[in-house]
Amino acid sequence: MKKKLKVATTSLAGCFGCHMSFLDIDERLFTLLEHIEFDRSPLTDIKHCSPDCDIGIVEGGLCNAENVHVLREFRQNCKVLIAIGACAINGGLPAQRNHLPLTTILEEVYHTSPGLKNGMIPNDPELPLPLDQVHPIHEVVKVDYFIPGCPPSGDAIWKVLTDLLAGKEPELGHGLMHYD
Amino acid sequence: MSLTFTLDGKSIPFAEGQTIIQAAQAAGVFIPHLCYHPEFKPHGSCKLCTVKVNGRHTASCTMRAAAGMVVESETEEINAERRALTQMLFVEGNHFCPSCEQSGNCQLQATAYHLGMMSPHYDHFFPNRAVDASHPDFLLDFNRCILCSLCVRASRDVDGKNVFALSGRGIKTHLIVNARSGQLGDTDFTPADKAAQVCPVGVILRKRRGFAVPIGERQYDKAPISETANDNC
Amino acid sequence: MALDAMHAEAVAGVVDRVVARYRRDPANMVQILREIQEDCDWIPPEAIDRLQATLGVPRTKIEGVAGFYAFFYTQPRGKYRVLFSDNITDRMLGNKAMMDRLCNNLWVERGKVSEDGLVSVAQTACTGLCDQGPALLVNNLAIGGLTAERIDYIAELIRGKVPLADWPAEFFQVADNIRRADILLTADFEPGAALLAARARAPDQGLLASNMRSWREGLPSGIGGPAATLDEIKRANLRGRGGAGFTTGLKWEACRNAPLKAGQQRIVVCNADEGEPGTFKDRVLLSTFPDLVFEGMTVAAYAVGATRGFVYLRGEYRYLLDGLNAVLARRRREKLLGHDILDIPGADFDIEIHVGAGAYVCGEESALIESLEGKRGTPRNRPPFPVTNGYLDQPTIVNNVETFAAAALIALNGGEWYAGIGTRQSAGTKILSVSGDCEWPGLYEYPFGVSVRQVLADCGAVDTQAVQVSGPSGICVAADEFDRIIGFEDIPTAGAFTVFNQTRDMFQVARNYVHFFQHESCGFCTPCRVGTSLLKNLMDKLHRGAGSPYDFAEIEKLNQLLQSMSHCGLGHTACNPVLDTIAKFRPYYDKRMMQKDFTPAFDLDRALGAARQMTGRDDPHAHLATEHGGQA
Repeated sequence: MKKKLKVATTSLAGCFGCHMSFLDIDERLFTLLEHIEFDRSPLTDIKHCSPDCDIGIVEGGLCNAENVHVLREFRQNCKVLIAIGACAINGGLPAQRNHLPLTTILEEVYHTSPGLKNGMIPNDPELPLPLDQVHPIHEVVKVDYFIPGCPPSGDAIWKVLTDLLAGKEPELGHGLMHYD
Repeated sequence: MSLTFTLDGKSIPFAEGQTIIQAAQAAGVFIPHLCYHPEFKPHGSCKLCTVKVNGRHTASCTMRAAAGMVVESETEEINAERRALTQMLFVEGNHFCPSCEQSGNCQLQATAYHLGMMSPHYDHFFPNRAVDASHPDFLLDFNRCILCSLCVRASRDVDGKNVFALSGRGIKTHLIVNARSGQLGDTDFTPADKAAQVCPVGVILRKRRGFAVPIGERQYDKAPISETANDNC
Repeated sequence: MALDAMHAEAVAGVVDRVVARYRRDPANMVQILREIQEDCDWIPPEAIDRLQATLGVPRTKIEGVAGFYAFFYTQPRGKYRVLFSDNITDRMLGNKAMMDRLCNNLWVERGKVSEDGLVSVAQTACTGLCDQGPALLVNNLAIGGLTAERIDYIAELIRGKVPLADWPAEFFQVADNIRRADILLTADFEPGAALLAARARAPDQGLLASNMRSWREGLPSGIGGPAATLDEIKRANLRGRGGAGFTTGLKWEACRNAPLKAGQQRIVVCNADEGEPGTFKDRVLLSTFPDLVFEGMTVAAYAVGATRGFVYLRGEYRYLLDGLNAVLARRRREKLLGHDILDIPGADFDIEIHVGAGAYVCGEESALIESLEGKRGTPRNRPPFPVTNGYLDQPTIVNNVETFAAAALIALNGGEWYAGIGTRQSAGTKILSVSGDCEWPGLYEYPFGVSVRQVLADCGAVDTQAVQVSGPSGICVAADEFDRIIGFEDIPTAGAFTVFNQTRDMFQVARNYVHFFQHESCGFCTPCRVGTSLLKNLMDKLHRGAGSPYDFAEIEKLNQLLQSMSHCGLGHTACNPVLDTIAKFRPYYDKRMMQKDFTPAFDLDRALGAARQMTGRDDPHAHLATEHGGQA
């Protein structure tokens, strides 16, 4: 039997909606699992990628330093990297803060918004610092494939993965291709 | 004697004075476009409708058809170029489809689908553009403007109002409205204006109408733009 | 009266005077806005209110035009508006240090207005003083040869609020620097001589090009001169000197043959929008040989049957305007312009000068015509071409300053004489604007066919690494090509000849040019508007040392897209400097490709800067290394 492909997944600045949609593959997951096994993923709770992952699937954009570290880990350990969903592809909803200076945002959230008293901006070294703008992942690492959608449907995800497994350039036709 | 040219090997009849895209549409052949609209003077700025005429790139919305022309449109090369232009438009503005009222009815989005655009590819500009909610019935979200100037032409040529115009230059080109305040609410813009109907993206939006049609039933959910463009344009 | 109302009234007074001078014609919008700004120091909203009311033009149109041109300010600028020329030659001569010095002296930030509203300091594209840089413009007046002393003096004058008229006159002296002269730059020209020669040409000499229908419309019958003159131009094999090299005779004939609708007239336009960085020959032709140029225009009008002429003078040459208008006035007095020129009944032609306002794209003929019509300078869709549908939809020829000067000499001496100069494919002479690393920058006029090597020897260039011929949109010539010749058959040129010695970094040359194109893209078409910005970002990324082969591949793809999809020549040529320097000076790029793998589009560590500042953190986790992001 052919060796199973190792697949790792993660959600950066995303909402896990793409992961939920992944589960919408439903019973086809069983078929899929004949070809793949999950490595690092919220589905397995494995904390780090094995060095020999075949496919990395990244949901969400980059809003802070930790997102960048995770993304780099994926890029370094996965032969093929796939951006899944609007946020990974163009920053999505989180990127709609990009027209505001980060200083204004932090001020607003921790100092001036109603109900706050003596608020302070968290500065614990354990916390990742936010980037001044949210970026899609292809602006930081090389991304091989993209599955657009917010979220992409289970069918769209299925189509891209099976195309890839079949060694074809993934293609989404009418109905599967959408950005919302 | 009827005049014809060939488009991707197919013979297309045309009348004297017709542009390539007009003749193609009349013959039921789709050529992607954004700034072209059959009711208005061609603008030739988006360049999505570029074809090759006798081997040379040219915008099909401004080029008049001529007998014997050999026109290529649906080739891998040209569609790759059109896709790149679409990607440029996506990174130039702020196009967040999931939160856009026009999603599903947007020509930019539908054209990107048609061209198989899986990602915007380029690095995003994330420009800082304002939203104008000053008008009682309309909202202007400049984040999505692709500078096609259809509203400019509609307001000027049909409504006789000049509510809209382009100002600035280069990458700073932007849409302005006809009021000292710069606010749509201070213009004579009305829902009956032709300019209120022509925005191919989600800039000029009727208030209180957002997301009225459920996903699955919107214009381009039902059929791709290549099959619907000739009906509505 | 409230201060606001007084201000509005004063502005309205200015607007009314200017509008009256321009016959309340909105087609003069660019001129109207320029003159308003000359009086008000900027274009205040009150001026637009008044224009809207008096011209009956929608505000959107006025603001659209005002927003297009770099020299129009719709926000208050300083009383003294200083613009440093930022061509590569200015940079090589240390313009940055000069600008910093002035900014420091005046306590003003680059690109901003001083707090007291007195002065603003910014950069602009090449001002056409490459042979005497570094240079600047202050309120449209050019000052070259900047030195630290001169800068300090200028700062003192500005701080002392000394009116420009009282600044030392030598500041504003612009030298011609004619180093080698041939037929044009030695022309000892008697005003009217070319017109007399044209008129004298017998009708039977003109049968080759004669088109009886059209010249009867333009000029009285019984005079064979027009068609004969056109024949001489064709016989001369004169080709346009703006760079594209279109055959002048054919252009003129097409215009002459274009039918006129009722009320229409033919138009002759002189393109003096010399915007190509490194070019300054038209500056000298217009300041020292204006009669030759105007006479060439009049010859053209005579040949095509035109009655109205324009000179489109680039905004950077505003300081030439008064002198040129004086020459036009004299020519009218001498019956060389106006009604019944040289007493030929019905021979009516006059010239007015329109001044641009900082837009390179207006050098493209259809964009120039749009600007002449008082609009945004965006190139038109073609066909139709200007020869049939030009200024206000009338048949129009647009030719370069040098082309008209040559036409005057051809009318005087005949086409055969001219065709005998230069090479078979390239008749006549070409004026080169030589600048950069050489002993004697200035103008060099040669018969076509001169080698690059010869020019370099004549201008005293040593250790030359490269020559950029015809500016950023032209070609970059490397040392092994110095035997190539200037001519349409080899290296066509609008005239710029910028020399770079071995110490120059050709990557920075290309990057400067890419910034230029990005700034000058008109924004009309998608590929050029967005593509030039993408290209600029990629070059800046390489400059930061963050470039990788991926970025290289992107540059090459962008180039193809710009060439095939752009609306006009600006987009088509915007990648040329990069492509040429990659092909010929690859080591300058390799040196910068520190990264062999995919690299982020932006500086990740810097992107954490704001958060670091807000939290006061500087621990290791508060930083991101710029490591590679490529494939494992």
